[in-house]
Amino acid sequence: MNRTTPFALLTNGTALPWADVPEWPLPEFLRHVGAELDRGERLNSLFGVPEGGALRLVAVLAFDAGNTLVVGRSRPFSGSFPSLTATHSQAHLFEREIWEQHGAVPENHPWLKAVRKDHGAGPAVGDFFRVDGREIHEVAVGPVHAGIIEPGHFRFQCAGEEVLHLEIALGFQHRGIEEALAGGPHRATIYQMETVAGDTTIAHATAYASTLEALAGTEAPLRAQWLRAIALELERLANHTGDLGALAGDVAFLPTASACGKIRGDFLNLTAMLCGNRFGRGLVRPGGGPHDGGTERLGKLRERLETSLAEVQQAAVWLWDAASVRTRFEHTGHLHRKQATEIGLVGPAARACGLVRDVRFDHPAGWFRFAQVPVSVWPDGDVFARARVRWLEIQRSGEFLREQLDAAPDGETRSPLPPLAPDTLAVALVEGWRGEVCHAALTGADGRLRRYKITDPSFHNWTGLALALRGQAISDFPLCNKSFNLSYCGFDL
Amino acid sequence: MFVHDTLLNRLKRGCATMAYPAGPAPALPERHGGALRVEAAKCQADCAACVAVCPTEAVTRPPDRRVALDLGRCLFCAECVKACPTGAITQTGDHRLAVRRREDLVLGEAGNEQLRLAGVLDEKLRRLFRRSLKLRQVSAGGCNACEADTNVLGTIGWDLGRFGIQFVASPRHADGLLITGPVSKNMELALQKTYAAVPEPRIVIAVGACAIAGGPFVGHPQVHNGAGVLLPVDLFIPGCPPHPLTILDGLIRLLGRLEESGRKTG
Ligand code: SF4
Ligand code: SF4
Repeated sequence: MNRTTPFALLTNGTALPWADVPEWPLPEFLRHVGAELDRGERLNSLFGVPEGGALRLVAVLAFDAGNTLVVGRSRPFSGSFPSLTATHSQAHLFEREIWEQHGAVPENHPWLKAVRKDHGAGPAVGDFFRVDGREIHEVAVGPVHAGIIEPGHFRFQCAGEEVLHLEIALGFQHRGIEEALAGGPHRATIYQMETVAGDTTIAHATAYASTLEALAGTEAPLRAQWLRAIALELERLANHTGDLGALAGDVAFLPTASACGKIRGDFLNLTAMLCGNRFGRGLVRPGGGPHDGGTERLGKLRERLETSLAEVQQAAVWLWDAASVRTRFEHTGHLHRKQATEIGLVGPAARACGLVRDVRFDHPAGWFRFAQVPVSVWPDGDVFARARVRWLEIQRSGEFLREQLDAAPDGETRSPLPPLAPDTLAVALVEGWRGEVCHAALTGADGRLRRYKITDPSFHNWTGLALALRGQAISDFPLCNKSFNLSYCGFDL
Repeated sequence: MFVHDTLLNRLKRGCATMAYPAGPAPALPERHGGALRVEAAKCQADCAACVAVCPTEAVTRPPDRRVALDLGRCLFCAECVKACPTGAITQTGDHRLAVRRREDLVLGEAGNEQLRLAGVLDEKLRRLFRRSLKLRQVSAGGCNACEADTNVLGTIGWDLGRFGIQFVASPRHADGLLITGPVSKNMELALQKTYAAVPEPRIVIAVGACAIAGGPFVGHPQVHNGAGVLLPVDLFIPGCPPHPLTILDGLIRLLGRLEESGRKTG
């Protein structure tokens, strides 16, 4: 970092005393946040911390080029606050969430609505943005969808086939995860962290474990960090493979669809070799986990990995060779790089817009400090690009696993977790398969969790899907949706 | 030339669908553990080591009573197995977990050390659904892993369609619901409406700890503690999530398709 900032610097996966987080009167705080966003920095999280009867705002920003995170906070205030959203779109959902969780109104927010709340009969009951005109019709889909999918509500404004606007109402999966963390960690907490988004168990559990370890002033043993990285890449392989198959299925290209459906399961079974559970439940624990691979088991895993990688290679070759697939993927669901930057898109969806943005590379923590995965980008911003980035990442995760499985560090996988430091703030980012998972935790004077904020990559990215649909035929919605494949439960918490 | 290529590959691979249930069941992952077995008779007086470690209060020991373990609430984390000093709680490695009645999930007492596995539907329903069961899936407040492992049954390895079981897009076309998640308050109305739209006679299947009893979110004010709070449930399939094999066993057990394939069912 070769420039100055009023914020406090913080490396991914570390903590600092709450008192050392710079604080400003609210207007100044917002000005500082706005100024950093103007410089092109990224908002990881913006949330409220109740203080007596008042509220503080806390901002976590990523300076990707400087490989550092920064934090700052406002002085306690009551009532409303001037919205950043009009000038900085990245803030829009965060501000709505602050309003919903704490009642502080972001003044002049262009679209102030609840994020997850029920309005008496489900979150989809309420006002939606409407386009007027004789030829305009509205299509409402969900919360219960056609397939085996999570619930969400999609409201399209269409002129004939063409979508002019899509608004997405979520909250159906809301189950009170953040609320339940207050005063924790509790006995059920780690199980709830593993199920923030069930297909992202390793990334969320790792973010949680790193946050707690940072608060406790410790690190998991190296072998545990190594195991987490192995499991994280296996999680990515399984989900990316499943996504390639699902995308193929959506354009009726069955060879890849059926092959990938099976191979995805084979990757999940590799995770199950480590801990017994296909989603990695029980593998990651604060301080390190109870499971060790063991030489023989890891050897077997390595062999089965090769088989599955060869199979997915074959299935991908079919996909890329088929002109019928390419014509459906190309120019569909296009998102500009500029839009992606503005809304703070993360993960493969952002990299498919040409943005070089990957926590494993920009803010390496844990085992990724010692072993890097190259960032996979593709410039076009369409369904093709999002599929292509997944394929690049499958290859790179495969390569990473090959290398790392041959270079296992010795030692323990678990260590006791010391008590959490009181009045301390910690932040951990993990590059999950959908993108950046951000956990921020603040302890109180008693060393218990006072505020815990989870930001799933989907929180940033649902807006990307809505934008990508503009000007598309509504019949392309399933394909566009699949190309993002976002989490409802991760968003809804 | 992908046409030639895929066809050739397809021929080489042959049939990817498992032989089960006619052949042997695929093995569970070695570290999976399977069902639990609870012999309360082995418990020491005044010991509640298992109770202290359970994240969902699935194991209880009221004063002067024996230990009871509710597999409906269980996340299968095995912490109680490790904590028990006398080996009263053990893992059996059995993938079969589905039951018809909620109370059949409570283990511990003599005679109830193990699950009383689900029997077949009543004759009338069995005759109706045996060869064709269309289900509408409703996802309601869980983590999406139960959904994922239900979806897996549609892949070529499992091929759920060969049993005549299919997930359909509309509740109007369905014979029943397969519910996952604890049923968040925000999904209550949607679930009720979907249920009402399924023509009678209809069945309800609760898949996963969430749908049976709230799962890791049990007790949160934002959720109901399982589908049974709102609807009559005909089949409970425990797990967090249940292994696809466990879900498949539950479904074909209910339809009486296990006996047909000549397997022992109990
Ligand atoms: S295995 Fe089940 S009963 Fe035992 S501690 Fe875990 S959740 Fe509780
Ligand atoms: S039972 Fe477990 S795996 Fe299934 S939805 Fe609930 S938390 Fe997820």
